[in-house]
Amino acid sequence: MIVLSVNVEKQLGTLNLSVRFEAAGGATALFGSSGAGKTSVVNMIAGLLTPDRGSIALDDTVLFDAVAGINVPPHQRRIGYVFQEGRLFPHLSVRQNLDYGRRMSGRAPDASEFARIVALLDIGPLLDRRPRMLSGGERQRVAVGRALLTRPRLLLLDEPLASLGVGHKREILPYLIRLRDDAAVPMVYVSHTAAELRRIATTVVRLDAGRVAACGGIELLDEADSDAIG
Amino acid sequence: MLNLSSAEWTAIELSLRIAIVATACALPFGIAVGWLLARKNFWGKAVLDGIVHLPLVLPPVVTGYLLLVSFGRKGPIGAFLDQHFGLVFSFRWTGAALACGVMGFPLLVRPIRLALEAIDRRLEDAAATLGANHLWVFLTITLPLALPGMIAGAVLCFARALGEFGATITFVSNIPGETQTISAAIYTFLQVPGGDAAAARLVAVAIILALAALVASEWLARRAAIRFHGE
Repeated sequence: MIVLSVNVEKQLGTLNLSVRFEAAGGATALFGSSGAGKTSVVNMIAGLLTPDRGSIALDDTVLFDAVAGINVPPHQRRIGYVFQEGRLFPHLSVRQNLDYGRRMSGRAPDASEFARIVALLDIGPLLDRRPRMLSGGERQRVAVGRALLTRPRLLLLDEPLASLGVGHKREILPYLIRLRDDAAVPMVYVSHTAAELRRIATTVVRLDAGRVAACGGIELLDEADSDAIG
Repeated sequence: MLNLSSAEWTAIELSLRIAIVATACALPFGIAVGWLLARKNFWGKAVLDGIVHLPLVLPPVVTGYLLLVSFGRKGPIGAFLDQHFGLVFSFRWTGAALACGVMGFPLLVRPIRLALEAIDRRLEDAAATLGANHLWVFLTITLPLALPGMIAGAVLCFARALGEFGATITFVSNIPGETQTISAAIYTFLQVPGGDAAAARLVAVAIILALAALVASEWLARRAAIRFHGE
């Protein structure tokens, strides 16, 4: 079943981005070298960047359609986004960061959901700390939890391990795999590291200079040189 | 301890009230203008920036005169506010607060603008993906992160308001109990024989108030830093 369909064009400086792909459930990898336009594509899915032309649909909702003049603002898309640098709010505690999405949606607190996600990511001992007091790996786990607690229809992860050292990469990956298998939220996972994607991806979309070069299973990763992450 | 006379106490109480009201009323405008200057590009932005900074470079007497002709009873804005809201500025303490607010405004706007420019906009994007609309992003992310700048601006504006003399005396004169602030009272005492002692006492009070404002701003800024960064 198709969950996400993307067909977008945008001129970004000298890069002419023209990307078209469809994603089912599971983890779809957006794979390619730096500057291929991966982050721009996820920003367009999230609504943080507006395409020049094309359309984006999630489940049965049109999020963007240039012809029909539809452009759902980011806060109404219900798409969770885990950024490369975490982007936790520095003035809020971990608990308040996690709770932010629920407060914005006006939902009543759901203690069991909160506890389940805190347990899934092992962030219980961090709840009363400030983001500054967290390690890089802890920060990314909180960022994942914060996105999940908005009850997203889709989870975008943009190089979530890129800013981490090797040890922390090893620390995070099992959580993300657990997330893919247990939480049943479809994911779009951006990375330029084949080895990392081999462990998490179920589908691969390979971007090259703003175009989709190939689309298929994880065997696509074998063609690329893998810089191992261990 | 300073053995202040009731006239002197009145001037002190009035100065504080005027400075507090001036700062509190100027703050929302300061945030709005600081935000416009930091975030928006629009036609006439340079003009707005210039007007905001004008009280800093104009002779205060000129600012006071301009307030008199626009906000006086017969001035276009003053007459309108009087008719529709019963708000009178001329020769009232409210007029002194207006003059002080205008004089302090450039000092208020600048730190707020700098604080807003320093905010990592990507945090606001993150808040949007978490379901916050523009207003909530502003209230829960932008404003709290700009808080140190707002404190700095408010303290500078308050200090400026406490010391304002030229624009106030031009606009609302020097009426004991209504518009005679510490500065105006010091000036008045120095004009009469034997007023030196009273003037000196008020000078001491002015120094104490200025120091207290500085200490308070340091303390507030440190508290804000602890809230943000947990150290």
